[in-house]
Order: sequence, then structure tokens, then C-alpha cells
Amino acid sequence: METTPTAPGVNGEAATSVARPLVRVPLVLNRRNFSWLTERISGVVENPAPRWWWVAFTITASAATFGLFCLGYQISTGVGTWGLNHPVGWGWDITNFVFWIGIGHAGTLISAILFLLHQKWRTSINRSAEAMTLFAVICAAIFPGVHVGRVWMAWYLAPLPNNYGIWPNFRSPLVWDVFAVSTYFTVSVLFWYTGLIPDLATLRDRATSKIKKFLFGIFACGWRGSNRNWRHYEMAYLLLAGLATPLVLSVHSVVSFDFATSILPTWHSTIFPPYFVAGAIFGGFAMVLTLLIPARAMFKLHDIITPQHIDKMAKIILLTGSFVGYAYMMEFFVAWYSGNSYERFAFWNRVFGPYWWYWWVGMLFCNVLSPQLFWFKWCRRNIFVVYFVCMCVNAGMWFERFIIIVGGLHRDFLPSSWGLFIPTWVDIWTFTGTLGIFTSLFLLFIRFLPMIAMSEVKITLPEADAHYGSTTDHHPVAPGGEERT
Amino acid sequence: MAAEYPSAAALYEAAKRVRDAGFRRWDVYSPFPIHGMDEAMGLGKSWLSGWVLFGGVSGLLTAALIEFGPSSFLYPLDVHGKPTNFFTVPAFFPIMFELTVLFGAFAAFFAMLTMNGLPRWYHPMFNWERFTRATNDGFFLAIEARDPRFAETGVRELLEKSGGQHITIIHED
Repeated sequence: METTPTAPGVNGEAATSVARPLVRVPLVLNRRNFSWLTERISGVVENPAPRWWWVAFTITASAATFGLFCLGYQISTGVGTWGLNHPVGWGWDITNFVFWIGIGHAGTLISAILFLLHQKWRTSINRSAEAMTLFAVICAAIFPGVHVGRVWMAWYLAPLPNNYGIWPNFRSPLVWDVFAVSTYFTVSVLFWYTGLIPDLATLRDRATSKIKKFLFGIFACGWRGSNRNWRHYEMAYLLLAGLATPLVLSVHSVVSFDFATSILPTWHSTIFPPYFVAGAIFGGFAMVLTLLIPARAMFKLHDIITPQHIDKMAKIILLTGSFVGYAYMMEFFVAWYSGNSYERFAFWNRVFGPYWWYWWVGMLFCNVLSPQLFWFKWCRRNIFVVYFVCMCVNAGMWFERFIIIVGGLHRDFLPSSWGLFIPTWVDIWTFTGTLGIFTSLFLLFIRFLPMIAMSEVKITLPEADAHYGSTTDHHPVAPGGEERT
Repeated sequence: MAAEYPSAAALYEAAKRVRDAGFRRWDVYSPFPIHGMDEAMGLGKSWLSGWVLFGGVSGLLTAALIEFGPSSFLYPLDVHGKPTNFFTVPAFFPIMFELTVLFGAFAAFFAMLTMNGLPRWYHPMFNWERFTRATNDGFFLAIEARDPRFAETGVRELLEKSGGQHITIIHED
């Protein structure tokens, strides 16, 4: 990292370890000014792609291509190419759907709920988290779409009468799910694009080639930073945040209704909506950190995504991870307390049945125990510990969904119809393919669009305040930052 | 006539002066929204919220229409013997909620663009080469010649007194 002259004690990461509990550490370190932020963030898009980017993109795009081939093979041959059979009719496909939708929750949580709560640290991470949300929802939408078998009949999900004049059953949670996920995707796109408009204008004004200027110009809608525009813009942003807040909580609730309204032991549970939402935020934040920690290192964004940001995200992972742990405990308690023998058996089977290690490793170790490390500050401040926990959570949340879905199905009420789920190569490569699609889209995003919301990060600088200091002196702040209102 | 200011605070003070001088057709430009600038410019609350309310209510009514229409009248489905009349409404709440949010969000987005007169790919301010910094680290104030109080010398003096730099006249084309 290049250094610019700064006051002692605010140099990079050292500043955050200074024990001054009552003084707020600045969100942007090293007293960077507006134009430094513009240069550094736009530079990610404008400079030639680094070599690691091409290496990473080659790998992820290859996985994505093979995943698309698997989808094509599955569609042209039939759902039988997946390992689905009686009694496990929902296998990896729906597991992957719930997994990806869950990851898609962190972005809107960061942009909407943290915005309403005036958490200014969100500005460094909200853009990339929102992009991640969109890509995760795209990956999620693939699975139920293909799972219907005859994808060309997917329009039956739309609120239209089919060719026999029959309408969809609007009392079905599966129809609610279609509305919830498509609304979530659309609103997330609107929110993301609204936030992008001022930054696209920045890129337009910096563009060197005509074609870039033209394209950024089109998408920036002629934004010029006028305060008469900012006035409506801020109101629109506030209201979008207000609308997206209940929305983000509703999406995984509706997904959980798919299970909770059935009569299957372990699915038929009133705890599901909050349990799923907490798990989604938990997994989503882990994925945000998984993507941002390497990006921050590669593009030298340490002054914008500071140890303080990582610390706060780790605390959210600890909080939501503890919610999830509580929900797991409550499920066992209710199974015992209900006195229902099927329910009791299902939970006994979860821990000691054929999928026992999924529970011990995935749910217990990865989801409940590993985030407890974040009680300790040195764990939250150590990038390797943070990354290890995030990888555990990423894996653990997939296992959790597998246990809920397949764990609920593989031991039917009748022992004669018991069976296990064996994934085929198509199952495995379709999932790997969506990992490739997700990471490829993210890599393209950081090369083509500003990955940090410039106009929003600038507000967190002290000199953005209308009452800041005198008109000429730009740096009269005491070392270590000051209280901001 | 436009001027550049060195900081957000300077622009804020200048805006208060221009407001107090009674100008109507003027605007300030900054790379980020400046807290308190609406009051400094004498602008009230944005009523974009009214459009969002309208959007939300129309979403709710649309959902009620597409749910009750087919399920109660056009093709009532008998599923598990559940009612098809008004008493089925709890099962309709999720879609009513989703469409309320969806239409409200569309209203917020399109009202923001429409009320701001966007997209508008041409604007006289873009003719000023210094103005590219308005999306980076520049703070600008412009008073239009169409303003009834506009007088070239008076406006120049006002901008100079309020700390404006690089004062210039920007032409329409």
C-alpha cells in the first residue's frame, strides 16, 4: 500500500488497535480525500485486469460452462439424470435453491436494514453485497425452474389460466414463492441500479474512450449531482430501503412455508420462518466476507474496507449464528416435548441416522460452534480465522439445507419406502456450475462496475459535513477520528 | 452563471446566501448529497412518497384482483375443501404483500427519474470542462439567466462574495 503523509496513530490498521473506546475510528482510514476515493475505486474498473483476474475468471467460467452443459443435458434428457427418486423427490436441486436464496439475503439486509439503522459502515460493502445478492438469486432461480421437468411449461407458474382454463392455486406456498423470489429479484435490481446511477456518472465523466463514455452515459441517465435531484433521489432511496426491509425478511419466510405447510416431520414447524431468515443472513454475510476479503487484498482497498468493517460483519455472523444454534436446540426440544413419535424419531435420526455426520460436521461444528470464535476480538481481527469461519459457514449452511430437505424425506412414515439420496454426476456438476456462474458474474461485476458505492462512502468522510471546519482547511481532525453526527 | 466552491461547507454557506437573495432558478451540484442542503436551498420535503403510496396501494389492489378473481369467480379450485370465498384471504396475504412492495418499488424508481427530469443526456452544465469534477470532488453552484432576479454584475458579485471560484458564464449550446 502506498503511503501518504498522515498524522501519527492513524496509519492503516494500527489506528484500529488504539485503545480509545469512546472515540470513533474513522470509516475510511489514512484521511483519504474525495478524489483519492474516486481514483482508487474507479481504478478497479479502469486499469487493465490483473493477471490473477484472468486466471480466476478462466477457472470459474469453465465451471460455469460445464454447469450450463449439465443443465442442457438434464433438460433434454429428463429429471431422471438427477438422483431424485422415491422417497427423496427433493434432493440437491432444492437444497441448492434454498442455499443460494439464503446467500442472496445479505445484500439487501446491508443496503436496506443497515441504512434505516444509520449504520454508515455499510457504505463500503453495500454495492458488492447487492451485486452478490442478484447473482445468488439468479443461481437460485435456475433450480426450481429446471426442477419442474418440462421447463417450457414453467409459465404455468405465472398468474395466467393454462391451456385448460385452470388458474394457479394462489393458496399454494409454491405460488407464493414464485411471487416472493421474483419480487425480491426485481426490487433488488431497482435498489442496486438506483445506487449505481451517481457512480456511473462518475465513470462517465472519467471515461477516456468514446464508447465507454457513451455506454456509461446512457446508463447514468444524465446524472449531474444536482441537489434538486439528490432531494428526490434520497427520498426514493429511503423508501426503497423501507420497502426492501420487510421484503428481505419475507422472502426466506415464504421459502420456509414451502416446507412448514407440509405434514412431514422436521418440516412441519412453526419456528421455520425466523429460523430460515436468521440462517439466510448468517450464510449471506459469510459469503460477503468470502468474496470481499480477497477483493480487498487484490485491489488494495484496505483503507475503505477496514478491519472495523470485517469486525462488524463478524459480529453479525456471531449474532445470527447464535440465533441459528438456538433454533436447532428449539427444534430438538419441541420434538421431545410434542410427544409425537414420528417427530421424535426424525430428530433422533438426524443425529444418529445415515446422515449423522452431516449433522455433526455441518450443523453442529460449522454453523453452531465455529462462529463462537467471534466472541474473541483477536479472532475477529485475524483475517485467516475470519476466512476459516466463513468457509465453515458457507459449507455448513449447505449441509443444513440438505439435512432439512433430504433428512426429512429419506425416512418416510412407512419403513418399506425408506431410501437414501445418491447424487449423480449431473447433480454434482450442476451445483459446481452454479458456483462458477456466481463467481464469474461477480468477477465481471468488479471489472465493469464500481464495486464500492463512491457517492455513499464520500458521505462518511468528515469533510462531507456541511458544518465541517473552515472553508480552506481540509484536515483539522484530531488523530484517530472524531465523533460524527 | 456558475461558480466552483472548495468544500461542501463552503457550498452550503453559499447556498444559504443565494436563497436569501431570493433567487428561484438555481441549483447546486455535489458528488454526494449534502446533509442540510435542502433547507439551505429553501426546498421542502420531497413528495415522491406520495407516488410510492399510490404504487403500493395499486399493488395491493392488483393482488386482490388476480387472487380473488380467478380463485373465487373464474375457476374456483376445491383444494382440501378449503373455502374459495372471502374467508380464504389469509392465504392470499403473501402475494398481496409482495405486489404491494413490487409496485411501490417501481413507483419509487420511476418517480425519482421523472421528478428529476431524467434520463436527460444533455445539460448546459456539461459544457463546462471543470464540471466533470461534480461527480468526483467538485462543488458547484449555478444561477440561471432565466431567473427574474438575474443581473450579470450582481450575480457575479454574489458568487464572488460567497467564496466562489472560477466564476464563468455557461451557454446553452
